[in-house]
Amino acid sequence: METIRLKIDGREITAQAGQTILEVAKENGINIPTLCHLDGVEDVGACRLCIVDVHGQLVTSCTTKVGADMDVQTQTAPVKEYRRMILELLFAEGSHVCSFCVSNGGCELQDLACDLEMHSVRVPYSFPRNRIDATHPQFLIDRDRCVLCGRCVRVCAQVEGAHTWGFAERGSTARVITDLAVDWGQAESCTSCGKCVESCPTGAIVRKGASNAEMRKKADLVGRLTERREHE
Amino acid sequence: MNRRLDVLVCSGAACVSSHSAEVKSALACEIDARGLSDEIRLVETGCMGPCELGPVLLIYPGGTFYVRVSPNDVAEIVEEHFLKGRPVRRLLWETPEARRIAEEKKQVPFFEKQQKIVLANCGEIDPENIEEFIATGGYEALGRALTEKSPEELIETLVASGLRGRGGAGFPTGLKWRFVARESGKTKVVVCNADEGDPGAFMDRSLLEGDPHSVIEGMTIAAYAVGANHGYVYVRAEYPLAIRRLKTAIEQARNAGLLGLNILETGFAFDLEVRIGAGAFVCGEETALIASIEGERGMPRTRPPYPSTSGVFGHPTLINNAETWGNIRHIVLHGAQWFAAIGTPQSPGTKVFALSGKVVNTGLVEVPMGTTLREVIFDIGGGIPNGKAFKAVQTGGPSGGCIPAEYLDTPIDYESLKKLGAIMGSGGIIVMDEDNCMVNIAKYFLDFTCDESCGKCVPCRAGTRQMLDLLEKITDGKGETADIDRLRSLGMMVASTSLCGLGQSAPNPVLSTLKYFGHEYQAHIHEHRCEAKVCPSMIRFEINPAACRACDKCRTVCPVTAITGKPGTPPYQLDAQTCIRCGRCAEVCPFDAIAINSGDLN
Repeated sequence: METIRLKIDGREITAQAGQTILEVAKENGINIPTLCHLDGVEDVGACRLCIVDVHGQLVTSCTTKVGADMDVQTQTAPVKEYRRMILELLFAEGSHVCSFCVSNGGCELQDLACDLEMHSVRVPYSFPRNRIDATHPQFLIDRDRCVLCGRCVRVCAQVEGAHTWGFAERGSTARVITDLAVDWGQAESCTSCGKCVESCPTGAIVRKGASNAEMRKKADLVGRLTERREHE
Repeated sequence: MNRRLDVLVCSGAACVSSHSAEVKSALACEIDARGLSDEIRLVETGCMGPCELGPVLLIYPGGTFYVRVSPNDVAEIVEEHFLKGRPVRRLLWETPEARRIAEEKKQVPFFEKQQKIVLANCGEIDPENIEEFIATGGYEALGRALTEKSPEELIETLVASGLRGRGGAGFPTGLKWRFVARESGKTKVVVCNADEGDPGAFMDRSLLEGDPHSVIEGMTIAAYAVGANHGYVYVRAEYPLAIRRLKTAIEQARNAGLLGLNILETGFAFDLEVRIGAGAFVCGEETALIASIEGERGMPRTRPPYPSTSGVFGHPTLINNAETWGNIRHIVLHGAQWFAAIGTPQSPGTKVFALSGKVVNTGLVEVPMGTTLREVIFDIGGGIPNGKAFKAVQTGGPSGGCIPAEYLDTPIDYESLKKLGAIMGSGGIIVMDEDNCMVNIAKYFLDFTCDESCGKCVPCRAGTRQMLDLLEKITDGKGETADIDRLRSLGMMVASTSLCGLGQSAPNPVLSTLKYFGHEYQAHIHEHRCEAKVCPSMIRFEINPAACRACDKCRTVCPVTAITGKPGTPPYQLDAQTCIRCGRCAEVCPFDAIAINSGDLN
C-alpha cells in the first residue's frame, strides 16, 4: 500500500493511502470531535463536528481521504467556533436536559459539550414535544433527545441488515422512523437485536426500565462485530 | 390545395394555464367551418417566451404575433387575417417603450435583444413531432458525431468551446466529460438534471416542453463521447407536460433508430429512462438526485467521490443540466470557435433566464452571457410596471443574492454575479420594486430553504431554522441590535460548514440583503419602520380627516369593525388597537383618505 506523508497541526505524519483524516488523526493521538461517526458503519459527514481546515477549506475529516502533502489544521479559531455553534444548535434543537436523562454521564453529546467547553447556548431553545414511542417490548425512543446522527439507521441497514430505521420528512421536522413510520412495536422488520440502542450516542434510544447506572452503552460494539466478521 | 399558413399556438405551461387549449380548439373549429383545413395548419409549440401575454399565436409566413388571444377573438382572426389577409391590429403586441405596434415578431423589443440558441426551436416547432425537429437540423449533430468524429475529438471540441454548466455552478462541461471518459468502468451513465426547483424558474421546463429532442440529442452525443450506454432524465413530477412530451420524444427517437441498440446503424447503443422526482428541492443537488434515481431517500452525499468517479449505482456518471444538454448539438454542428465567440471569454454562449416578479414582460429570455442586468430587466423585460422604482434583483433563486440598483450594469456571467454575493444559479431572475421589503424577501427565501433542507447535516437543518426565527423576530417588530450580528455569524457558519450546495448557499439571500439593504434591517429593528410597508406588525392605517368624505365605504368592508363614523359627517375614526391591518379600507376608499404609515410615532 502506498504511504503518504502529510501534516496535521504542524506534525509530520505518515499514513496509508485510502485512510481518512479522522483515522490518521486517531492513530496519532490527535483528538477530533465526532458524533455521527461510528466504527463499523459507513461515514456520512452529517454532524459536521469533525470539520478540519485543509488548505483554507473546511472539510469533514471522517469522509475526506488523506492526500500527499496535505496540511490539516484541526484547531483553528473558525473551526473551534463553528464546532461550538453546531453543538449549540444541537442542544437548542432538541430537549437535552441532562439531569432528567437516563444517559446522564454516559452520553456522547454531553461529553462533547464538556470537551468543547460549551458554557452556554447562545441561540434560543425550541423545546420540541415529540411523543415518546415506548411500544417496543424492550426499547423506547424519545425523539426529543435524537440528534439525527443516523447511526441507528446505518447500523440497522449495514450491520443487522434489517433496514427498520429510516428517515422521514425534511428540515427541522426530519426524524428517524421505524418501518414506514409505524410505532416501533409494530415494526415487523425489527429483529430486536439492540444494536441501535448501543449505537445511539444520546438518551434517545434506550433500554426500557434501565436505571441511569444500568444504561451504559457499548458504542464500540458494532465496530468489534464488523471487525470479527472481517476476520472470519 | 396548397398550404398557405402555419398557425403556431404556444402550448407552454404558462399559455396552457391561460387557456391556450381552448383557443386552439376554437381555431380548429373555425378553420374547419370555413373549409380552410387544407390551407391552414395548426401547430402546438413550446414556450415562445412572453408568458405574461399568453395565450400567444405566431402566424407564418409574415411572423404576425398575436398576444392575449381569447377564444372570442378567433372568429375575427380567421375572417380578417386568414381569409382577407389583414392582421387583427388590436391583438398585436403594442410596446409602450417603442411606441409602436409590432407588425412582426422580430420587431418586438422583447425579441430583438435576444439571441436564441438553446431555445431556437422553442415556439417554432411542434415538440411532439420528430420530423419538425429533424427539419431544423435536428439529429444532424448526432449523425456527424457518430460517423465523422472520435469521442476524443468531441471532448476536445467541448473543452475548446468553453461551455460551462448551466445548472448554476458553472463547471466547465468539457472537463466533466473528460473525467468520465477517462474512468475505466465498463458501465457508465449519463444523467440530465431537470429537477428545477427554484421559485420563479422555468427554463428547463420550457426546454423540455418546447424542444425535448435537443436534450435527447445532446445526451446521446455525450454518451458516445464518454462511452455510456444508459441515461436518465430526472424531471420533477410538477412538470407533467414536460414529462409527457419528453416521453413522446424518447419513443419517437427509438422508433426512428436514434435511440436504442443500433443508433443510426453504427452499432452504438444508448437508451434513456425518465425518472420522476417526488418534489424535494434538494434533489436538484447532483448527489441527492443520484440517490433518488437509485431509489434511496433524496439526501446529498459528501463529495469526493464526485459522480464522475462514482455516481448512479457506483458507476461513473456524467450529469449535466437540461440547458447544458440543449447546447451540445449546436456546438457539435457549428464548432467550438463559433460558440466561444458568443458571450464573454470566461463565460461563452448564451443563458436562458426566467424573468419574473415586478417586471412588465415576465417570461423566458435567452441572451448572450455578458448582457447586463439592466438590458435584461429594462430593454427586454420592459422595466418596472406601474411607474414604480426598481429596488433589487434576485438571481439564482433561494441560493442567490439580491443585487441593488447601483449594480444594474453588471454583466451577467458566473464571476461577476458571484463577486456581488449572488450566483448565476439555474437562471431565475426575480425583479423587486419599491413595494418589496428586503427583510421580508430574505425571510421568504430562507423559509423556503429551511423547509427544503433534507435534515441530514446540522448547520443546514438547525442553522437555517435559527436564522429564520431571527428574521421572523425582526419582521414582527421584536428585533434587537445584536440580531444582525447573530444573523451574520450564523449565516457564515451555515455557508462554511454545510454538507451540500443547498446549505452552503442558503444564507446568500440574508447575507446579500444585510450587505446592500442593511438600513432596512436597522429601520425594522430601531424604528419599527418597514419602508415598503409590507411587514404587518409595523404598519398602521390612519384616516386623513381632511380627505375623508364620510362615504361609509371603509366602515362597511372592515371585517373587525375598527372603523366608526356616521355617513355624511366626516371624519371617520379608525381604532388602531382593533385594526388587523388587512388593508381592505384603503383599497375601497375613493378619496385616498386612508394612509398606510410605518415607524414609531414620535
